[in-house]
Amino acid sequence: MFLINCPYCGERDQQEFKAGGEAHIQRPRQPTELSDDEWAEYLFMRKNIKGVQFERWNHAHGCRKWFNMIRDTSNDEIKAIYKMGEKPPAQ
Amino acid sequence: MTKNLRVKSSEYIDETNRISFKFNGKTYHGFKGDTLASALLANNVHLVGRSFKYHRPRGIMTSGSEEPNAIVQINPGTNRTEPNVRATEVEIYEGLEASSQNCWPSVEFDIGGINNFLSPFFPAGFYYKTFMWPASFWKKYEFFIRHSAGLGKSPTSSDPDIYDHRNIHYDVLVVGAGISGILAAKNAAKNNFKTLLVDEKNELGGSTVYENNEFNKINNKTPSEWLKKEIEELKNIKNLEIKTRTSVAAYHQYNYLLARENLTDHLEAKDKTNKIRQRLLKIRAKKVILATGALERPLIFNNNDRPGIMLSSAIKKYSEFYGVACGSKIVFFTNNDSAYESALSLYNKGINVESIVDIRDQSESKIVKKIKDAGIKIYWSHTIVDTAGYKRLNSVSIMKLSNDGTSVTGSKISISCDCLGVAGGWTPAVHLYTQSGSKLKFDEEKQIFLPNQNTSEQISVGSCDGDFKINEIIKNLNQKLKDTLNIKETDLDNIKVEIDQENSKRNIWLLPSDKPLGKTKPFVDYQNDATAKDIKLALREGFRSIEHVKRYTTTGMGTDQGKLGNMHALGIIADTAGVKMGELGTTTFRPPYTPLTFGTIVGRNVGKFFDIFRRTPMNDWHVENKAEFENVGQWKRAWYYPINGETMHQAVQRESKAARESVGILDASTLGKIDIQGSDASEFLNRVYTNAWSKLAIGKCRYGLMLNEDGMVYDDGVTTRLGENHYIMTTTTGGAANVLGKLEDYLQTEWPELDVYLTSVTDHYATASLCGPNSKKILKKIIPDLDLSDENFPHMSFKEAKIGNIKCRIMRISFTGEHSYEINVQASYGKDLWEKCMEAGKEFNITPYGTETMHLLRAEKGFIIVGQDTDGTMTPIDLQMDWIVSKKKYDFIGKRSLYRSDTMREDRKQLVGLLTEDPNVVLEEGSQIVSELNQSPVEMLGHVTSSYFSPNLNKSIALAVVKGGKDMMGKQLSVPMENKNINVTVANPVFYDEKNERLNA
Repeated sequence: MFLINCPYCGERDQQEFKAGGEAHIQRPRQPTELSDDEWAEYLFMRKNIKGVQFERWNHAHGCRKWFNMIRDTSNDEIKAIYKMGEKPPAQ
Repeated sequence: MTKNLRVKSSEYIDETNRISFKFNGKTYHGFKGDTLASALLANNVHLVGRSFKYHRPRGIMTSGSEEPNAIVQINPGTNRTEPNVRATEVEIYEGLEASSQNCWPSVEFDIGGINNFLSPFFPAGFYYKTFMWPASFWKKYEFFIRHSAGLGKSPTSSDPDIYDHRNIHYDVLVVGAGISGILAAKNAAKNNFKTLLVDEKNELGGSTVYENNEFNKINNKTPSEWLKKEIEELKNIKNLEIKTRTSVAAYHQYNYLLARENLTDHLEAKDKTNKIRQRLLKIRAKKVILATGALERPLIFNNNDRPGIMLSSAIKKYSEFYGVACGSKIVFFTNNDSAYESALSLYNKGINVESIVDIRDQSESKIVKKIKDAGIKIYWSHTIVDTAGYKRLNSVSIMKLSNDGTSVTGSKISISCDCLGVAGGWTPAVHLYTQSGSKLKFDEEKQIFLPNQNTSEQISVGSCDGDFKINEIIKNLNQKLKDTLNIKETDLDNIKVEIDQENSKRNIWLLPSDKPLGKTKPFVDYQNDATAKDIKLALREGFRSIEHVKRYTTTGMGTDQGKLGNMHALGIIADTAGVKMGELGTTTFRPPYTPLTFGTIVGRNVGKFFDIFRRTPMNDWHVENKAEFENVGQWKRAWYYPINGETMHQAVQRESKAARESVGILDASTLGKIDIQGSDASEFLNRVYTNAWSKLAIGKCRYGLMLNEDGMVYDDGVTTRLGENHYIMTTTTGGAANVLGKLEDYLQTEWPELDVYLTSVTDHYATASLCGPNSKKILKKIIPDLDLSDENFPHMSFKEAKIGNIKCRIMRISFTGEHSYEINVQASYGKDLWEKCMEAGKEFNITPYGTETMHLLRAEKGFIIVGQDTDGTMTPIDLQMDWIVSKKKYDFIGKRSLYRSDTMREDRKQLVGLLTEDPNVVLEEGSQIVSELNQSPVEMLGHVTSSYFSPNLNKSIALAVVKGGKDMMGKQLSVPMENKNINVTVANPVFYDEKNERLNA
């Protein structure tokens, strides 16, 4: 059970949060211009790696804010947490 | 049989408090402070159970939670009965009853014992190999296997006890209250760390409190004397909380630990009532100090499982702590000095130690000399090759061990004895450490796995970190405490320790016998009857991974998770496969460390607290008026209101007719309501709904359909424009929370530039929906000054009004096709509003209707319910709702997906109406729809999603999704049921009032 440092609320138990999949996948600005394959790439393709992964998390049972997390999936070490729109800190 | 084996008074046993208890129906006596195991041993009862597979007689092996054999059923036949409880952990109380498990008719005479003699036919993987063919026979095999397998019996009536959960936070958590844990906790607390010390036993001190060995001294006192004073001092330390009878079950990442605190299991039945039995502690600690100690290893030799064969350390504990002799002629079998300490302890109490069999060729320590001087015979370089005695050990046979330890030589010597203490060295209890994600390394010299790479703020201290001697423990503990707590001084700086113990040890994982391995039974996992032979067989059959060998042989898969034998299993595999232990790795130690009761896991979430539910403000009225309820998400919604013993069908038919012929009233408070404000609110709605919103006038309502990015229908509802930058959105009852979450997600992550604010107001408003041709008349009576003309207040519009002093929002919208109003008031006025409507509606015979009638009425109109007629695979086009998908808008959520090749397929399942050939036959929801019955396999075209008997049309109607259904209008299809085929015709899903004339009726 992680202890997650919400950038707005501070350290809270994992059960207050919801994981939201891979981070830094921007919704295409002009979806209608995309081919089926390009749209499918955005819609369906997600990484699931063993190692350092960029993720979206939501403080669902708290401030409801979304934020980003860098987590090593092999040992669940949370390397960094940063707000939406911010650049990931250098590793 | 019953003779008293109490040898001396012990300060932990209250001999003035005599307790009677029953074991297998027979009454015995023990004292306050005894465990079931110590009390049975005091009564000379060793045989307590039968093994799982071979039904071999088994006795008490240990004195703690690692016990594999002595697992019993507590209070059988009562509602407090508990299976698979370790007799070594049960504290006795007046009236306790326990019985053996896995034996029939009794532990003394067990028919299953035949398996022991058939054991050559039960090798590892026996079940896998034998019951595979023919495949169709498995059901028959399973019946017999299930009946003959299994340990204890689960209770059949509900649990009378209360269980609890508690979240607690500490700076330092110390697990284990042996000497290391006590000293660690004391120093942490003294340095202002808020500290919790837990131990699974009822007394603090671990094994050191009965360590009276004259050769070990701490500050010139015996370790026992010295530690007792330390324990005494703990009481006066602030910041320190101590919980005994508390077993840490799991150690998760980020120092989150679960522990079971046992509060009443040691009490008599009369003292248990109305108290919390067990509490699950959810602990977060900044630092965790593991002082979990070490478990003594048995030795693996032929027939090493007979009642009377015990761990050497257990024999010592029974004698020193409980004052019980485990036998009257005791032999020890050892590979290190530990057994000599046990032997000395017995010798000092006048218990007869017959001899010591040591696989080493010598040891020079003082304690060994003392044993020699006492005249106890030591057989150096000898090993036990066999044991005898079916229900109780009566002798052991020993032979000289070869230099390489793989064979035996010379002649066999038989030693008569009634108890054998085995000492195979010590295994650090690293279970919790590895659960935390931290990694072990194998110490080749000590032949143990040790903590290596910590992943959390944690340290391991004492014997769980490989320090077995008191001087090492104190020295290393001192340094670790200073480092981890960042302190300069500790209590341990000036402690003087004298010790006498040799490190010498001769580790042989599997001891040889004069018989070939195939003719012997050297048990590795006692509880699951896995022998060294089984492990070697698994290797011969090609298993290499330790995890596979474990599953194939079931080694380590019992309720004890192989706490005793796992190391030997690894050792035997390593030796046989010719690899190093370190390269082999270990099996995964999984939580819980010892089994938890279901009660502890669920805590108070039982009965009505099992799942939370929500009630509307009008709920009391529904209850008073005998409504039946249905669960919709977390809500309890009025389902229908039967009167005069009506069936559900009768009630729904009556309610449906009333709503169309006069007026009905529905509690719609559960619909999700999201308040949307901000200068970009219109643009936001444009992006989240499929239709256009910019031109919606203030005071008007519009139905919207929301898609997922994959183009599938996600939610629907009516949104009303309250002001220039202010909307109120309604969502489905079940979808409210998810819709809000999804909208927030887009706002925060994709469109942060939009000035929009969302607030859930579902619970803030109560909603009554008046439906039917007389709805207008009722509203007129309640709010006389509101102009209800179609010009002023047309369909799909909104008015603010007041009922007396109560502000309300009224939407003229309809989910039934009738002239309807939804009246919203502040939630606390909900019941008043409802009662006012009922009063005003009396003259029109106003009829309350529930969700079932609502579903029927909307189905007559062909209106979908998201989640009933859709299942996450339906696009608006599939639903024949093309009209709501804007062609002009550049983008909205899911738009692009509507043009994917897959979503444009003509043969997708599409929503259609179905009419049955016989108008009285009502289809079952979920039924499959086919066209051609004669082909094989029959192609399934789709299924029925909604089906009712419509009282207003006087016929059966249904909605269904059918492949290519759009182009099948008028086509005959079949719905095959168990006993018949129902002929149906594809129809327009709008069955009633196709021209929507009733909206303005």
